[in-house]
Amino acid sequence: MNPLGVASIVTPGVDWLGVAPVALLALAAIGIVLQRSILRRASVAYPSALIVAAVGIILSAVALIAQWHRVQTDGSYTTLSKMVAVDGFSIFIGGVVLVATACSVLLASRYLDRERLDGPEYLALMLLSASGMLAMASANDLIAVFVALEIVSIPLYVLVAYDRRRSTSLEAGMKYFLLGAFASAVFLYGVALTYGATGSTGLVGIANYLSEVTLLERGTLLAGLVLMLVGLGFKVAAAPFHMWTPDVYQGAPTPVTAFMASATKAAAFAALIRILYTALGGSSSDWRPLLWVLAVLSLLVGSIGAVIQTDVKRMLAYSSINHAGFILIGVQAGTIKGVSSALTYLAIYAFLAVGSFAIVGVVAGRGDADSDLERFKGLSSRRTGLSWAFTLLLLAQAGVPLTAGFIAKFGVFSAAAGAGGTSYVLALIGMLTAAIAAFVYLRIAATMFTPAGEGDQVLASSKVDLGTGIVIWFSCALTIVIGVAPGFLLGLAERATLLFLR
Amino acid sequence: MDFPILTALILLPFVGALFVACLPSNRPETIRIAGMMTAIATLGLTLWMLADFETGKAGYQFLSSHAWFSDLGVRYTLGVDGISLFMVVLNALLLPIALLASTGVNERAKAFTVWLLVLEAALMGAFLALDLVLFFVFFEVVLVPMYFLIAGWGHGRRNYAATKFFIYTMAGSAFLFIGILAVGFLHKSSTGVLTFDVRVLTQWAPAGIAPTTAAWLFAAFTIAFAVKVPLVPLHTWLPDAHTEAPTAGSVILAGVMLKLGTYGFLRFAIPIFPAAAVKYAPVLLTLAVIGIIYGAIVATMQPDLKRLVAYSSIAHLGFVVLGTFALTRQGLDGAVFTMLSHGLTTGVLFLIIGFLYERRHTRLIADFGGLWRSAPIMGGLFVVTAFASIGLPGFSGFVGEFLALLGTFMGHRWYAVVAASGVILAAIYLLWAVQRAFTGVPEGDNATISDLNVRELACILPLLALSLFLGVYPKPALDRIGPSVKAVIAHVEKSTSYESPKFSKHSPILNEERMDHGSDEMEESK
Repeated sequence: MNPLGVASIVTPGVDWLGVAPVALLALAAIGIVLQRSILRRASVAYPSALIVAAVGIILSAVALIAQWHRVQTDGSYTTLSKMVAVDGFSIFIGGVVLVATACSVLLASRYLDRERLDGPEYLALMLLSASGMLAMASANDLIAVFVALEIVSIPLYVLVAYDRRRSTSLEAGMKYFLLGAFASAVFLYGVALTYGATGSTGLVGIANYLSEVTLLERGTLLAGLVLMLVGLGFKVAAAPFHMWTPDVYQGAPTPVTAFMASATKAAAFAALIRILYTALGGSSSDWRPLLWVLAVLSLLVGSIGAVIQTDVKRMLAYSSINHAGFILIGVQAGTIKGVSSALTYLAIYAFLAVGSFAIVGVVAGRGDADSDLERFKGLSSRRTGLSWAFTLLLLAQAGVPLTAGFIAKFGVFSAAAGAGGTSYVLALIGMLTAAIAAFVYLRIAATMFTPAGEGDQVLASSKVDLGTGIVIWFSCALTIVIGVAPGFLLGLAERATLLFLR
Repeated sequence: MDFPILTALILLPFVGALFVACLPSNRPETIRIAGMMTAIATLGLTLWMLADFETGKAGYQFLSSHAWFSDLGVRYTLGVDGISLFMVVLNALLLPIALLASTGVNERAKAFTVWLLVLEAALMGAFLALDLVLFFVFFEVVLVPMYFLIAGWGHGRRNYAATKFFIYTMAGSAFLFIGILAVGFLHKSSTGVLTFDVRVLTQWAPAGIAPTTAAWLFAAFTIAFAVKVPLVPLHTWLPDAHTEAPTAGSVILAGVMLKLGTYGFLRFAIPIFPAAAVKYAPVLLTLAVIGIIYGAIVATMQPDLKRLVAYSSIAHLGFVVLGTFALTRQGLDGAVFTMLSHGLTTGVLFLIIGFLYERRHTRLIADFGGLWRSAPIMGGLFVVTAFASIGLPGFSGFVGEFLALLGTFMGHRWYAVVAASGVILAAIYLLWAVQRAFTGVPEGDNATISDLNVRELACILPLLALSLFLGVYPKPALDRIGPSVKAVIAHVEKSTSYESPKFSKHSPILNEERMDHGSDEMEESK
């Protein structure tokens, strides 16, 4: 009792290391905005913003590594009154997000320069979105998940529409904003229903509630779960909530597309997996059929939809829906193995997507509007290295062995085989859609190796700058290294899952 | 530890490919020499292995095993036995010949050589792998170099053919992959150990997997291998791929790659699911017989020489599947022997057609005529090869197909009777083609066609000589194939109630003991 006779408000204890990665990125974003108001000249503003961004990402990565060591020795823990979980899972996803963010920042420089767009704000938005993703990976409470989701989404709406002189970018931004806001609302409604049913928004609280009742007998809770699935399904681009994906991926600036395909997907899957496994882990037999259906639809829509496209960015957008289906195969297994395989898949897909979109960005050239398949014709004779790199990444996406893509698929399929039963059917459908999707990848590859005829619009001398070059080299090297010696990544994912707080 | 010769067999062509990739692309001669040296070194290594291979042993030799990605139970396990031995040899033998035959490829010669060497490495891996996942890895990787060979250096509708080939096989192997995972995880759930080792699974699976499950898994394996062989309803990728592929691609595709399918049956599908194999053998025998007859009839009607040979491959591989699912020692002997022999003779046919195409830029039979008179050596060799391919006694084709038919006759008489007519049909389509293309009086371009040169002869003659040698004296091959095949049959008999039909003891010539001592004597007595 203090002198006023009022009970003092007990503030929750904060473990600063636990929130450091999120906070550092957000600070970097704020720092960029602040310095922009001081440094007015573009020639100074952008490089200094880039330095702040780099420092922010590196410090955040250092904090993640420190977390990893702490979690290794002391075990997983929560902070901010159980709102934030710090465990191997959140650190792994955080790492994937940071790598993807770093790559997207590297891609951005050349793009912004080429399109004569303002740089510092772009970086600030991207870092802010990334900080939301890190928060999402460790969100241990539905409210935290929602807040993180909004921090991720709102900067993304702006980023998608960043090329404001190009109508397709604006259109994509508007679409993404309207549908995204709707999805957020649906998710929030799901949270409300869940809270109404269980009296708790904490994932552990929900799990405790469920340990005494059956999920299928609680209609409100079930409705809440379904609505949350819709909201997150939208973010991971799983069918039937995928409608925005091709338009937005096509219209958005290519570095933003790369960022969305890699980092956003990883973060949204992180939230999905944490809700399903921590809060509803005990009732996995009840939600598995739902995910089964989502997975089948994503696999089919993604692969078949890609076949009829003529624009490479749209093809890759559909392929990203297809990949979401593969990740769902791992998630729906409902086992520890399923989580670690989904993590592996997310990590591998992140650099495959970033690398692929980096190449598309180079080929699409100025204006970024023309990523039509025709434009790739004869690329091999003009840009031999680039065409081989793209071929490698495409083959990896098809899941050809000795590339990282095979390791990713092998992981989710073994998780499915470990779960048995209907998962086998799902795995078979997955493999068959992989063959359909392979058609698309081969079509792109074959186009690149077909000589360009008269009158074909050919690639002007758009050079591969240093940042883009690093991204492409990095993703190609990882594709092969992980394809041949996956032990390190698999081990990391395994450790991360073992330290998964449930 | 001994020198890891099998790993060297995979790595050598691969390292050679990397080396060639680093050479400057404006020096095609250097590239060819480097590629050739690699291929010949691999052949030398293979011959060394062949010399070291212990005849009369059934088990795997030169075994080596290392952990690969251990959390998922996958190991890098290699070994060779009588069933895979000659596929490895054939692969190593055909590669230098394919390179030698492709000296005319000047457009992007570097990439061409690199892909061929990668193809060799991947095929080596597929035939040597004793871990199901490792096998699958190579089984799929093989598609990539072949895709680029067809799409990059093929004829006419090459993109269509290459893509069809890739998608078809990939869709087939989807089933195989799920099947492999299922076997591994069933083993895990019953014994607690996750492994994909063929040796372990072969011992465990026959009793460890419930019959219904085994039947489904057998079906999954069968679909993948049937696409590869190809068995008839799943064969439509083959004529396109063969016709549009460059000569070197066709030679390797027909000579080695198709055998991955039949090899898969012998190594994986039958030993792991013996009961299902016995139960569903009639289905596969029927498909094989349909393949033999259908392939031969369709071949007869082809206007394009290369397409004709492609369909003849379907018929020949039908004999292999027939012999395999006869599930008798003679049948399996014949199947493995035909795999070897078909690689030799069909290789030569594709080579000669390729040489013809280089001269006349057409493969249509109707465009040829009287070639024998203008190019007597080519004509003569083509006829000899045609005879070898038909299975005339004295050539390796006869030994293989005879054994396959004999093995089938013992257990499934009527299948053998119908299939035997395929031999006659083979004579019809090949000799009719010879008659139209090579006999008569040459006109126009056909009159001035140049005969085979030394390089081209160097490609053809070793294969023909080998075919002739094995036709007259098949003992060296059969002695090495025999024990492994016997072990497969013994395994099937041990793990099911099946008993393979034997020759009657009263038969004066064809009794068990003579068969044990060597089938070659029987061949010569015919």
